[in-house]
Amino acid sequence: MKLAGWGRYPARDCVVTTPRTAEELAATLAKGPAVARGNGRAYGDSALNEENTISTRHLNRMIRFDETSGVLEAEAGVLLGDVIDAYLPRGWFPSVTPGTKFVTLGGMAAADVHGKNHHVDGGFGNFVDWIDVMGPDGVVVRASRDDNADLFDWTIGGMGLTGVILRLGLRLRRVETGWIEQRTIAAPNLDAAMEAFETHHNAPYSVAWIDCLSTGASLGRSLIMLGDHAPLAGLPNKFRQVPFGPPPAQKRKVPFNAPSFALNRFTVKAFNALYYHMGARKTGTDYVPWDTYFYPLDSILGWNKIYGRRGFVQFQCVLPDGHARAGLEALLMRISDAGQGSFLAVLKKLATDTHKFSFPMAGYTLALDFPVSEKVLSLMTELDSITLDHGGRFYLAKDARMTDTTLRASDPRAEAFAAMRVETGAAGAFASLQSARLKL
Amino acid sequence: MSSGAILVLGGRSDIGLAIAKVYAREGHAVQLAARNVFDLEAEKADIALRYGVEVGLHEFDALDVESHEAFVTSLPALPETVVCAVGALGVQEESEQDHAEARIIMRSNFEGPVNILAILANAFEERGSGVIIGISSVAGDRGRATNYIYGAGKAGFTAYLAGMRNRLATKGVHVLTVKPGFVATRMTDGMDLPEKLTTDADTLARAVFKAAKRRRNEVYIKSIWWLVMLIIRNIPEFIFKKLKI
Repeated sequence: MKLAGWGRYPARDCVVTTPRTAEELAATLAKGPAVARGNGRAYGDSALNEENTISTRHLNRMIRFDETSGVLEAEAGVLLGDVIDAYLPRGWFPSVTPGTKFVTLGGMAAADVHGKNHHVDGGFGNFVDWIDVMGPDGVVVRASRDDNADLFDWTIGGMGLTGVILRLGLRLRRVETGWIEQRTIAAPNLDAAMEAFETHHNAPYSVAWIDCLSTGASLGRSLIMLGDHAPLAGLPNKFRQVPFGPPPAQKRKVPFNAPSFALNRFTVKAFNALYYHMGARKTGTDYVPWDTYFYPLDSILGWNKIYGRRGFVQFQCVLPDGHARAGLEALLMRISDAGQGSFLAVLKKLATDTHKFSFPMAGYTLALDFPVSEKVLSLMTELDSITLDHGGRFYLAKDARMTDTTLRASDPRAEAFAAMRVETGAAGAFASLQSARLKL
Repeated sequence: MSSGAILVLGGRSDIGLAIAKVYAREGHAVQLAARNVFDLEAEKADIALRYGVEVGLHEFDALDVESHEAFVTSLPALPETVVCAVGALGVQEESEQDHAEARIIMRSNFEGPVNILAILANAFEERGSGVIIGISSVAGDRGRATNYIYGAGKAGFTAYLAGMRNRLATKGVHVLTVKPGFVATRMTDGMDLPEKLTTDADTLARAVFKAAKRRRNEVYIKSIWWLVMLIIRNIPEFIFKKLKI
């Protein structure tokens, strides 16, 4: 079956098995090195293995929920959206969510995804109490901070390369409503944007859309969106009737691949300018439904087709606090010089890492996507070196093209990760196109 | 909205489970019926956790037709809706040589489903309400060399459902015939299905729920199948018999 990540690059013919039980999973693992795949939302080749890709989409049952602690036990293939569907009406919300709800719980743990609250709460792994992991021998081991702590620590953020996550215990958070009190701040340039993040470091959620084609004095102009779960008492009357928000909007669908000329520096530049000025006019506080706030793109199914048949690549790095300002400026200047605009450029402050191989570190992360082309791929290599010069590292869930040399230069933990894989036997049992490319 | 229970015959199948979930989501209690039903405890917990509805497990063997009356009596309540997702695909070449195997396939797709639905239909008729959903197949629309043993069973099932619909139309009982084409399920795992003609159990389940609500009589899942089967049914036999489709 032709498979790709969300960026649709690279696409490969892969043998896919969809086990329904632990026994079927063990039998599939016995056939040779494999990687587990959730809902295919990693952008690159993290969940591709041409000989043996294991879909967890049929290992998707909820097992138990504790109404007092908010701990949900579920199989790895359960979708985050299904958790929200089931538990938001009862007053619970995921403690950490990425920008789409179409991800599996197992995939979220494997990538140790972060959300708009990372600067306060840390990543997804912080809210995972335990995981059941099937190792190279097909034996299932429960790992937590107390038992098999090393396995737990390497597996959260381990990109499926330490074993297959079968089940996990996940702490949800109490919310009174499904509404988000949102405040938008217009920042005319990079300094203003970073200052806004520092000033509002206590805001539970914060993220910035950044115009990566603006230049000169407007370099890095951004709209910073702060948010918090609105308490019931604070809601305007008309929303109090529907405390958990209206049902998610009718989904629109991108019906076909956009032609490659649809996105170019002029259309993106025009879009960005319009978006910034519209946003800047609407600054202030308002109430938005959870679906709109956290998952604006989920309402357009298949938005990844907007980049056309060749697909797109994501670039996401994090730069440590001390070097972030200079690094971001260098990255943004290089991008606007190249004229390679991106609709979805996102800037966000992150807290320090909590797991052995997780992506985040205390600093700023910048994420952008570009339609695939020769020019873009060489631009990305340049962005790699700017990131390295400023002590940054890269998010494997987004990566499709980095070299192993770049990874090792950016992240001394990679060597230890690879050594651990050899020592535990994981190296011979779990592999993805990405792990082969990065020699992990 | 009515929140009467839905009884799912073939409660282990991907299609049966998916339909159970769609109804549960709308607030209907679920009765899952299957052989060795005790090992559906995980599915029971999953549906109850997701949708907060009552879920019961009921031992049911479609081929043990003598047990069907007792099975219906043993249910905690007569369901509002029954969906029959019982069936067996088999392997055509094997069932051509192994007649015992062929009998099992025909009985699984026809005799078992028809026998249990006959009992429920009478109970629904007496009550004056109810919905009967039969999962048949496009394979029942015309016999083809590649799957006519399965297809014959489904053809019989389709005809039976049509007759029952005719009989019960004025009695407050609605009968819906569902004719899926290719569905990616456990039954078709490992088969190379054409993407444009293939659906998945969740999409099918949503379509079935909608069709039942709108009191549709017969639905193809993925409307392209309506066209495909219209063409297949209308090819003259002297040509059709020489085709490989």
